[in-house]
Amino acid sequence: MRKQRQERDLIARMQDEKTGIPIRTVKSFLSKIPSVFSGSDIVQWLVKNLTIEDQVEALHLGTLMAAHGYFFPISDHVLTLKDDGTFYRFQTPYFWPSNCWEPENTDYAVYLCKRTMQNKARLELADYEAESLARLQRAFARKWEFIFMQAEAQAKVDKKRDKIERKILDSQERAFWDVHRPVPGCVNTTEVDIKKSSRMKNPHKTRKSVYGLQNDIRSHSPTHTPAPEAKQPTVEELQEQVQSVCSYQFLTDGYTEQYADYDPFLSTPDPSNPWISDDTTFWELEASKEPTQSRVKRWGFRMDEVLKDPAGREQFLKFLESEFSSENLRFWLAVQELKRRPIREVPSRVQEIWQEFLAPGAPSAINVDSKSYDKTTQNVKDPGRYAFEDAQEHIYMLMKSDSYSRFIRSSAYQELLQAKKKSGSFQDRRTSFEKFTRNVVSGRDPPSGRLLDQSEVRSGQMTRVLVLEPAPKPL
Amino acid sequence: NFCVIFITFEGFLSRAGEANFPLAKMAAQEVQPSETIAKLKSESEALKTKLEEERAKLHDVELHQVAEKVDPLGQFVMKTRRTLKGHGNKVLCMDWCKDKRRIVSSSQDGKVIVWDAFTTNKEHAVTMPCTWVMACAYAPSGCAVACGGLDNKCSVYPLSLDKNENLAAKKKSVAMHTNYLSACSFTNSDMQILTSSGDGTCALWDVESGQLLQSFHGHAADVLCLDLAPSETGNTFVSGGCDKKANVWDMRSGQCIQSFETHESDINSVRYYPSGDAFASGSDDATCRLYDLRADREVAIYSKESIIFGASSVDFSLSGRLLFGGYNDYTINVWDVLKGTRVSILFGHENRVSTLRVSPDGTAFCSGSWDHTLRVRE
Repeated sequence: MRKQRQERDLIARMQDEKTGIPIRTVKSFLSKIPSVFSGSDIVQWLVKNLTIEDQVEALHLGTLMAAHGYFFPISDHVLTLKDDGTFYRFQTPYFWPSNCWEPENTDYAVYLCKRTMQNKARLELADYEAESLARLQRAFARKWEFIFMQAEAQAKVDKKRDKIERKILDSQERAFWDVHRPVPGCVNTTEVDIKKSSRMKNPHKTRKSVYGLQNDIRSHSPTHTPAPEAKQPTVEELQEQVQSVCSYQFLTDGYTEQYADYDPFLSTPDPSNPWISDDTTFWELEASKEPTQSRVKRWGFRMDEVLKDPAGREQFLKFLESEFSSENLRFWLAVQELKRRPIREVPSRVQEIWQEFLAPGAPSAINVDSKSYDKTTQNVKDPGRYAFEDAQEHIYMLMKSDSYSRFIRSSAYQELLQAKKKSGSFQDRRTSFEKFTRNVVSGRDPPSGRLLDQSEVRSGQMTRVLVLEPAPKPL
Repeated sequence: NFCVIFITFEGFLSRAGEANFPLAKMAAQEVQPSETIAKLKSESEALKTKLEEERAKLHDVELHQVAEKVDPLGQFVMKTRRTLKGHGNKVLCMDWCKDKRRIVSSSQDGKVIVWDAFTTNKEHAVTMPCTWVMACAYAPSGCAVACGGLDNKCSVYPLSLDKNENLAAKKKSVAMHTNYLSACSFTNSDMQILTSSGDGTCALWDVESGQLLQSFHGHAADVLCLDLAPSETGNTFVSGGCDKKANVWDMRSGQCIQSFETHESDINSVRYYPSGDAFASGSDDATCRLYDLRADREVAIYSKESIIFGASSVDFSLSGRLLFGGYNDYTINVWDVLKGTRVSILFGHENRVSTLRVSPDGTAFCSGSWDHTLRVRE
């Protein structure tokens, strides 16, 4: 999978002899610590080689790679990255997660059992490991002799190894199990999205048993994984790439600029963003039958804005009535409604619309071009949800090019647009005492309306008591 | 072989327009049939290099021009305003109610929860008969939710005002696929649902009768996501799949009207730009991309060397200036859509971000994660 390849490519770069992280042997007290590098080495390498601006990001990426098990802290079961002198070691490619490991519990049992046979303080079982071992002993009670024998055999082979080599291998094996049997409370990074796992499962690729295979497959030095061969683009592909030289036209046709004032991430909503201030006034204003000036302004952007807003539809309809062309909008709305009905209701509704708007002598006759009219006549005979699609499109274009632009220029609309800001008069109605109580109790900083920076996380219940009157409704 | 090279170059040149290409001269020369393959190969290599150079120049010029005209964004401070805790396992999907404050979310443990995210109160909970509920959606009226996953179905639950009423009793099975349900969405009505599935198809269903209104065939593998066009008259939607393709469909005819294949891996999420003229996608190839529907091509790639894990879900801010991407590396990256740069990286989740949606009025966005929580941020 592509994702695994990217992480593997990165690890390969980190392990490169010339440009990777420098690995060294450190003298410690009476012994040597082989093949290590420090946490800050990793962070610095990432910052430099991936052009990362912020150390925090490099630390996060490194932590993930450790959690996946590509390198690990030599003295900790918890797989995380620290930006300091803590020592880390690379995992051997044999144990890489990209090999699609699914180790069995019997393997884990063999491993834990083997650990108890080794007399080194550094190999003592942690509490959670001892608990796991006890559980596995109960679960595999009948097989335990076999498991014990396996563990013994492995311990014997391990004893014969070179001391330094053993240190490295032991740590790598432990890190492998830290990934597949993580410390309680740590994220299990081997969990897979079920949508992908069913496609990933390749019986040839998935390795189930760690110790069923011969031990000497494990190599003691991390090997460089060759980068996948880059596919050479064909001439056709190059040609297409040049074509995809971008047309940024839609990006500069002004939509984003136009709506920037309405984007709460770019301009603070008036009076405040409810999620920040805990004040729902903004939502109440948007839902109100009395539209605010900013809502009215938005209707002027495009006809869809008028059609989306119930107050806008109402005003537009009123205007069209004054021009004796309201049947267009009513037809359009009726067809929209038709498409929202259950399929069972469609045939009768189609007839109703036909009778009202299109049939000869219809009370609210609309004017469509003859082509659409003929097509619609045919459709109505076998009525479906899209019976009026052509006619609706024609009417939509008509309204957009004709009625809508007159509506925006109409005195009715212009008056609404110039009207005094509703939200202004809205706030004046609150007494100054109400305002005072509200601000004091909620810890709000009065001028900006922003909450003082205390708890950002709420879980389960409100963390402070707000003495609030329900906001007075606008008339 | 050489004939093929000649024709495609000619095809390219005719589309190059007014650009001044020195290549024109090279390709116009006639190729003698007696020329060796080796010589042709070296010529084509030289042409390839030239093409790359010219492409880079054009790309930089246009991008530069556009980016210049646009005001830079200021610093963003986006904080978690609400954390919703209550799911017992990975959160897989969420959707906003049109009232801008309620949310429905679904989880691996089979639970579907309706929250008032503003107060963080849980208002309804349903236990599905299957695990991995990968899709959920809120009805436009706010009176029902739809969900499904490993059961291969999409079911609709009407939301009762009576909290004691057992929602599961009123469940209505609507969609039936032959593999897992990956996404579902109501059209602008409670009466129709659009679904996508691991069986490689999308389908439109009549909720009341469960009747299949239209099916959409064309993906070569699992379909993972879909999004309806935002227009009032729109009859199209876009879907993304494991075949690395994003397809745009006509809902009336079931035809695939446009197709884009530039991603290098599964497309996990697709979302329309607010005007409906473009859409964004998030993929396992660790990039998000933007496609212009009128120009019929990819117009931007949002990526960084330090982002090596897949994007699971994307959504735009209200104006379309910002693109939020939730990633498998537990972070959310915020992109400046016009300039192509990343403006912010948000930490906080302790496992993969699996789902992300901006609220209907753009006042906040909500992310759901494998860490069992949902976070609302502004």
